[in-house]
Amino acid sequence: MSFLSTLLPAYAEIFLLVMVSVILIVDLFVVNQNKTLTYVLVQLTLLGCSLITVSTHQPGVAHLFNNMYVDDLMSDVLKLFCYLALSMMLVYSRNYLMVRGLFTGEFMVLALFSLLGMMVMISASHFLTLYLGLELMSLALYAMVALQRDSAIATEAAMKYFILGALASGLLLYGMSMLYGATGSLEVAAVSNAITHGVPNKELLVFGLVFVVAGLAFKLGVVPFHMWVPDVYHGAPTAMTMLIGTAPKLAAFAFVMRILAEGLQPLVMHWSSMLEILAVLSMALGNITAIAQTNLKRMFAYSTIAHMGFLLLGVLSGGIDGYGSAMFYAVIYVLMTLGGFGMIMLLSREGFEADTLNDFKGLNQRSPWLAFMMMLLMFSMAGIPPTVGFYAKLSVLSAVVNTGHIPLAVFAVLVSLIGAFYYLRIVKLMYFDAPESHVPITLQPDSGILISFNGVAVLLLGIIPGNLMSVCAVSVQQSLLLH
Amino acid sequence: MQNLYLLVPVAPLIGAVAAGLFGRQLGRTWSHRITIAMVAVSFFASVAIFRDVVFGGHAFNGAVYKWLTSGETSFEIGFLIDRLSAMMMLVVTFVSLMVHIYTIGYMEEDTGYQRFFSYISLFTFSMLMLVMSNNFMQLFFGWEAVGLVSYLLIGFWYTRPTAIYANLKAFLVNRVGDFGFLLGIGLILMVFGTADYAAVFAIAPNHANDLAPIPGVSWNMMSAICILLFIGAMGKSAQFPLHVWLPDSMEGPTPISALIHAATMVTAGIFMVARMSPLFEMSDTALSLIMIVGAITALFMGLLGIIQNDIKRVIAYSTLSQLGYMTVALGASAYSVALFHLMTHAFFKALLFLAAGSVIIGMHHDQDIRNMGGVRKYMPITHWTFLIGSLALIGFPFLSGFYSKTSILEAVEASHLFGSGFAYVALLLGVFVTAFYSFRLYFLVFHGEERFGASQHDHQGDHADEEVSSDHHHGLAPGEKPHETPWVVWLPLVLLAVPSMIIGYIAVEPLVFGNFFRDAVYINSEHYHALKHMLDEFHGPGAMALEDLESLAFWLAMGGVASSWFLYMKRRDIPQKLSQKFGFIYTVLDNKYYFDRFNDWFFAGGARGASRFLWKFGDVKLIDGLMVNGTARLVGLFSGVLRRFQTGYIYHYAFSMIIGVFVLLTIRNWFE
Repeated sequence: MSFLSTLLPAYAEIFLLVMVSVILIVDLFVVNQNKTLTYVLVQLTLLGCSLITVSTHQPGVAHLFNNMYVDDLMSDVLKLFCYLALSMMLVYSRNYLMVRGLFTGEFMVLALFSLLGMMVMISASHFLTLYLGLELMSLALYAMVALQRDSAIATEAAMKYFILGALASGLLLYGMSMLYGATGSLEVAAVSNAITHGVPNKELLVFGLVFVVAGLAFKLGVVPFHMWVPDVYHGAPTAMTMLIGTAPKLAAFAFVMRILAEGLQPLVMHWSSMLEILAVLSMALGNITAIAQTNLKRMFAYSTIAHMGFLLLGVLSGGIDGYGSAMFYAVIYVLMTLGGFGMIMLLSREGFEADTLNDFKGLNQRSPWLAFMMMLLMFSMAGIPPTVGFYAKLSVLSAVVNTGHIPLAVFAVLVSLIGAFYYLRIVKLMYFDAPESHVPITLQPDSGILISFNGVAVLLLGIIPGNLMSVCAVSVQQSLLLH
Repeated sequence: MQNLYLLVPVAPLIGAVAAGLFGRQLGRTWSHRITIAMVAVSFFASVAIFRDVVFGGHAFNGAVYKWLTSGETSFEIGFLIDRLSAMMMLVVTFVSLMVHIYTIGYMEEDTGYQRFFSYISLFTFSMLMLVMSNNFMQLFFGWEAVGLVSYLLIGFWYTRPTAIYANLKAFLVNRVGDFGFLLGIGLILMVFGTADYAAVFAIAPNHANDLAPIPGVSWNMMSAICILLFIGAMGKSAQFPLHVWLPDSMEGPTPISALIHAATMVTAGIFMVARMSPLFEMSDTALSLIMIVGAITALFMGLLGIIQNDIKRVIAYSTLSQLGYMTVALGASAYSVALFHLMTHAFFKALLFLAAGSVIIGMHHDQDIRNMGGVRKYMPITHWTFLIGSLALIGFPFLSGFYSKTSILEAVEASHLFGSGFAYVALLLGVFVTAFYSFRLYFLVFHGEERFGASQHDHQGDHADEEVSSDHHHGLAPGEKPHETPWVVWLPLVLLAVPSMIIGYIAVEPLVFGNFFRDAVYINSEHYHALKHMLDEFHGPGAMALEDLESLAFWLAMGGVASSWFLYMKRRDIPQKLSQKFGFIYTVLDNKYYFDRFNDWFFAGGARGASRFLWKFGDVKLIDGLMVNGTARLVGLFSGVLRRFQTGYIYHYAFSMIIGVFVLLTIRNWFE
């Protein structure tokens, strides 16, 4: 077997890296202010990555680089959704960034680098690979938030993000080193093995676990490691917010799966009680604080916190049901968030950000179709049938109930009920209030079609969620049980 | 055959949908053509089924469509076609067909023509679903559906406040009955675990001595079920004290009064009890209650008919009274007799109502009998058919009502249940009362001096609720004479007069004594020998009529006719004096025993008071104030507090993370 063919499972990453380098050079020669060529290349790269990921998919689990890297169904599915999220993000934000002079080669290259980081994270089966991917992704994101150099609020957000991110990385590394000390390995499977066979110093092990969970919680943005979320979401240009709020959550989910559900599975009693506290706090704080927000981006930030709490509920339930529903929830969350931020960008124009609640007043009179799409998205976020958000919540809740955490499920339903208020408030503003501005809405054809696709997908998936759900269930089953 | 079963209810439904949704496009003529054709289809299918069931000996009991399954219980649309339902289908479709034809003439000038046809076809569908049902859920569906259509039709002239008042009243009073009915069905589902008639009847004997699953009391369960079901029947069949809605329902157009409030819907309660006979046979208590309630209704509602001046209201009270007769027969376990009276009553009461409607048309929608008189020579067909109907009603020998009423009296006489003595006396007195008010009406309308055409109608002493509706009383102009109505109106009268005369003679032997219903009604004959006793004394319909000439009932009826002739033809001054002399009794009757007054004060007033309390205190203060707005305010408060944590200072954020790690480290110890 030649060396190249052993690299088969990592072809997508290699292709991406090559293409990023090519785009870096090509972009130097693109004089067009709109960077059309670069943009097309980026989209083609994403398409190529998807094709490679699909065509190199093999049944079962493949390891390479001395078990530092793993390729299984879960990683392939999550990667595909990452490509999709990134591609949609680019379509939504193109015009928005162009009028702000931010649609530059750096932006696209950084986005691709962050994608590479996510892919490494998703496929990591070694603590070092995980950390590598995490940092690659994070550094690119820090830089993107700071891309709008003349905006004080964006710079401040980037600063906070960077410092707190560094702190979180420190916690994570500290935890990993303790795990290494306790088990003598950094490889996920070996760590799991060592713990199962008994380690001399269990105190150390659990100590390390706490720090790892803290680092993870930061990436997901759950309470009390959430403080960066509202400020960064609010401060960053909406396009960057959209990127931070979507694909990285899929990578973070993979992170949780690899470390907690695989590597530290024998410590499930310990980490699931920790996740329980994080989930309860996140859902409560996220949903309650979101009510007080007048800025839509901040509101989405708190809504993200609440959603991540919900996702943790699925994880802590465990089993195929629990992990599968958590993965489903993550994918659906990404889809809804793309639509939500996409809508803000669609309504924005030069010198105007449509990111306050008042900007959505009377949207139905200005554009009934957009209002309808936004209504679908809001219904889905609130978890109202027949949209897919309902099904996502339902599957997580049924996993929680099946494992006997009834009070937890009741609590989740109650706070979701509180959360429904601020989602429905937007619907009320759109349909029952008079518009504050009568500036006509100009839709780009590509993003206009995409938002329709996005809204309709939220509805259709809610009506026929079966396929996606079974893909998620099979993915987690394969990656967990075959180890 | 099964397709034919399906055709019977579906055909009127098609007609109803066509006239209701596409009435404007179809126009008036096509609307009535389609609906009448559909009901005719339904009628002829019913005839075929009747022949098949009675002469072919076929019966059917099965599901057509499964609606839903809940746990162990499945709810189906199913048909039970036996002799009982076949007879009911025949009666319903026949009367319905007559009323459909009659409506062409009666509603000619009305703007809601298509809507009316749609409603009565919808009613026919609902009623057929009710009688053809083989399970309690479908029975309940039909039960509620006929109630709904009845509501719509009483309020057909929805711009008239009295009509709206009347239909609301009918709806609310029926709700009381339906509440009991639904509880009964619920109890059956709970105890037997199935809604299917046959299954319930099969299991029922095993539960004969069970106690009702109501905590704190030790009632026999079958009695509880039967009484609850009968409360439903009381609402629908307007039995005391839930009778109050029926007289007011006369606000609806006359064809409706004939179809729904005389011939079919109000007999649904009677039908239901007969259908449930295997259950009712297990409870003496329930049967006694039924008999007493029926007897009270039969006598005291008849008395009210004496002082009414609205032609339709007199017949309405007579309907109440006759329903009481049927109920008493049920109580005496003489189900077949009750059904027999149901059938004959359907024919002659529909006839009376339609004839009254014909008079009303002739009088240009004046319904006050004090403004009529001598109509006989202007409207001969109406006169003769009305006379036939009246004679049938009072039980004149050889006419249909005679056979059914006499059978009821005999059955009650032979019954030994608690209350049967009272019931027998009440029914006998009722015979006199019936004859009296029927012929008072007959004489006042068709004989005597011609009082119509007076420019100023005397409304003194009239009921308040009738007066409000006087905008509809046009009356004849001075000098104008009434005319016989067009053929579409009188043809149904003639067609209904025929069964009113002969159906009793034909049917009494097979229906009452010939075990016509076979398994459809169940009688515990060891317990209740009323029918057996009657059978011993029966020597054919002709002999029965001749024997009756010596009976007390016959002479009471003749006495009633004679005294009404004396008082209203010979000495018209006496009623006036009597009402002054016995002012107290007259006032009580005039106020319908103060039932409406009491209901208005106690139930309506009480409900309003309770509602006001619940609204002001329960809803506004507790639910809205404390619960809804309270939680919202609390959440808002929290929200305001929580957002303060987001200070914007990076060291606060870092501090929060450290605290988080610290908390996670410590809780580890809690769980170990």
